[in-house]
Amino acid sequence: MTFTDSLRSTITALRDRYPQPRSAVIPALWAVQEEEGFISAERFADIAELLSITPSEVESVATFYSMFALKPRGKHFLLVCTNVSCALRGSDDIVERLETRIGPSGSTSADGSVTWERTIECLGACGYGPAMQLDHHFVENLTPDKVVDLLEHTENYLPGKGSAHHGKPGAHEAHEHHSEPTSEHEESDSKKSRRRSSKR
Amino acid sequence: MAEHRLLTAHVGEEGLDTLTGYERTGGYQALRKTLGMTPEAIIEEVKASGLRGRGGAAFPTGTKWSFLPKDVYPRYLCCNADESEPGCFKDRYLIDKNPHQLIEGLLIAAFALQVHHAFIYIRGEYHDQRLTLERCVEEARAKGYVGKKIMGKDFDCEIIVHGGAGAYICGEETALLSSLEGYRGQPRLKPPFPAIKGLYGQPTVVNNVETLSTLPHIMERGGAWYKTIGCESSAGTRLFCCSGHINRPGVYEMAMGTTIRELLEEECQGMLEGSDLKAFQPGGGSMQVLLPEHLDLPLDFDAVAKAGSSLGAGAMVFMDQTTCMVNVSMRLVDFYHHESCGKCVPCREGTYFESKLMHRLEAGDATLEELSTLEDICDNMNGKCFCPLGDTATWFVMSAYKAFREEFRSHCGAAACPVRHPVVMV
Ligand SMILES: Cc1cc2nc3c(=O)[nH]c(=O)nc-3n(C[C@H](O)[C@H](O)[C@H](O)COP(=O)(O)O)c2cc1C
Ligand code: FES
Repeated sequence: MTFTDSLRSTITALRDRYPQPRSAVIPALWAVQEEEGFISAERFADIAELLSITPSEVESVATFYSMFALKPRGKHFLLVCTNVSCALRGSDDIVERLETRIGPSGSTSADGSVTWERTIECLGACGYGPAMQLDHHFVENLTPDKVVDLLEHTENYLPGKGSAHHGKPGAHEAHEHHSEPTSEHEESDSKKSRRRSSKR
Repeated sequence: MAEHRLLTAHVGEEGLDTLTGYERTGGYQALRKTLGMTPEAIIEEVKASGLRGRGGAAFPTGTKWSFLPKDVYPRYLCCNADESEPGCFKDRYLIDKNPHQLIEGLLIAAFALQVHHAFIYIRGEYHDQRLTLERCVEEARAKGYVGKKIMGKDFDCEIIVHGGAGAYICGEETALLSSLEGYRGQPRLKPPFPAIKGLYGQPTVVNNVETLSTLPHIMERGGAWYKTIGCESSAGTRLFCCSGHINRPGVYEMAMGTTIRELLEEECQGMLEGSDLKAFQPGGGSMQVLLPEHLDLPLDFDAVAKAGSSLGAGAMVFMDQTTCMVNVSMRLVDFYHHESCGKCVPCREGTYFESKLMHRLEAGDATLEELSTLEDICDNMNGKCFCPLGDTATWFVMSAYKAFREEFRSHCGAAACPVRHPVVMV
C-alpha cells in the first residue's frame, strides 16, 4: 500500500519549503513516523519518488539518525537518559526499575502500551535529571516511584494533562532555575535517590 | 555578584513566549532600527561588541560574518539549535522562555548578511521547542516581520524551522549542512569553510542560538555598550547550564569574568548537603576535567583554556566525592562511540576500542598494562580524526586519568568499585 493522500500532500508541502527538494528527507520521514508509528521499507520508495532521489538514499538517511523507528513500537515510547548529569542524580535506578517492570532496554510491555529504551545521548534536561522523554515530551526529576506512576497513568504525563511536570513550560513560573518537584513526597524521594545506586 | 540578566531579563513575565508579550518588553524594536542601517554598519557594530560565538568554538561573530565573499548570492544563514553536548540545556531554555528574541536575532543577522532563506536546525528531541518556533515564525509572519517586505522595507526573508532526528554530530557545522541538504550527517573537509562554500555550495553562516539571541541587545544599545559587560577577552554575558551534585541546578546568565566559585556558591547555592566538590567539567562532555583548586578561575574563554580545559558550550557539571571518575569517563566514551558518524577510521575504530576498554576497567577486569593501551588509543585519535568529535572523545578520559591516576589503577582487578566501596584499612 502506498501513501495516504494526506501524507502525500504533507510531504509535498514540506518539499516545497526548501530551495532543493532533497532537504525534505528528514521532515518527510518524520511525517511518516508520526502518521504510521514507524517507517517501513516501502516508504523509502514512496518518499524517494516525491523528492526525486533513490529509495536507497532515503534509507541511508533513515538508518543514520537514531530517532527513526524502523519497526513498530508500543503505543508510547520512553527514552531514558543515562549520560553523566542524569547518572549523578540517579538514572541507574530509573533504568533498573524499567528493566524490572518491562524488560531490557528496547522491550515493549506485555500489553503493548509502552516501549522503552535507554540512551547515552544527553537529552538536554541535565539540570532536571534524571530525565526521560515520553513521546518527545520531557518528563524530569524522575524517581523510581514516579516512573511506576507514569507506567500506570501515562496520559497524565502528556502535555495538557494532569499535574505531572513535563518539558513544555505551562504557567511561566518565575525564572525557573530548577524544576520544582510536584509534591512533598516526591521531594524526599528524589533526595533519597539522587545518587547512583551503589550496586555494580 | 549575582546573575547579570540580559538575554534572560524578562524570563518569568507573562506571555513572553508570544509575540505580544515579547513586544511588550521592547521586542522587535532592534530589528526595526537595524533595517534602517546598512549591512556594513551592522557588521561593524557586531565586531565592536566583541561578541564571540556561543556554540563552543568562541569564534568572533562579526569576523566570521565578514568572511562571506562579496557579491556571491544566494547566501544562507543557519541557526544551530542542535544542542546535544552532554550537560547543555541553555538553547532549549532560550527557546522555551524567549523564542521571539531568537527570531529577531536571526532576522537581524539575515539582513546584515543579505540572506533571504534562514534556517533553524533544531535537534529532533526538541520536538515541543520546534513547534514553539514554528508557531512564533507564523506569529511574526502575520505581523509582517517574516516573508516579503519586512516591516515595509525592501527586505525579504523566509525562516524554515528544520528538525533533526537524533545525531550529536549534526551540531558540527558542516555535518549540520549535510544533514540539512538531506544526507547522512557527516562532516565535510574544511577548507572550504561554510562562509565560502556552505549550504547547497553557497556562502553560509552558521551561528548558535545564544549568539543570535544576543544580537537584538547589541543592536539596541550598541556594540561599545555590550563590550563594557564582561571582561577584556570575553565580552558580555553567557548562559551557564549547571548540573550535578548541587543544590540549585539550572541555567544562570553571568557576566563573563565572574569566578566559577561565585556561580557555584551563589547561584547554584553550593554542593548538596554531605557533598564535597571532587571535580567539575566546565564546558560540557567534551571538555577536560577541572579540580576544586580551579574554582577561582574567571568565566573567561582564555583563562579556562590556560588551565587546560575550555568553557566550550557553557555547561558546568559538578561532581562530589562519591563520583567515580572511571564511571564518568566510561559514560562519556560510550557517548562518543554511539555518536561517531563512521566517516573516519581513527574515530570510528578508536571510540569502539576505547569503549570496550572502559567497560572492562569499570567492571574491574582490566589489567594495569591496559591503561597504557588506553593512552595509546587516545594518542592515536587526538588530533588525527577528521573532525573534532573524535579528538574530544579522548579529552575527558585522558584528563581524568592524569588527575585521578590512582583511581584508574585501583580499578584494575578490583572486585568492586573502589570509589563507591572504599576498602577500609585495618
Ligand atoms: C562535534 C561537534 C558538535 C557541535 N555541536 C554544536 C551544537 O550543538 N550547537 C552549536 O551551536 N554548535 C555546535 N558545534 C560548533 C559548531 O560547529 C559551530 O562552531 C557553531 O555552531 C558556530 O556558531 P557560533 O559561532 O555562534 O558559536 C559543534 C561542534 C562539534 C565539533
Ligand atoms: S545528562 Fe541527561 S539530559 Fe543531559
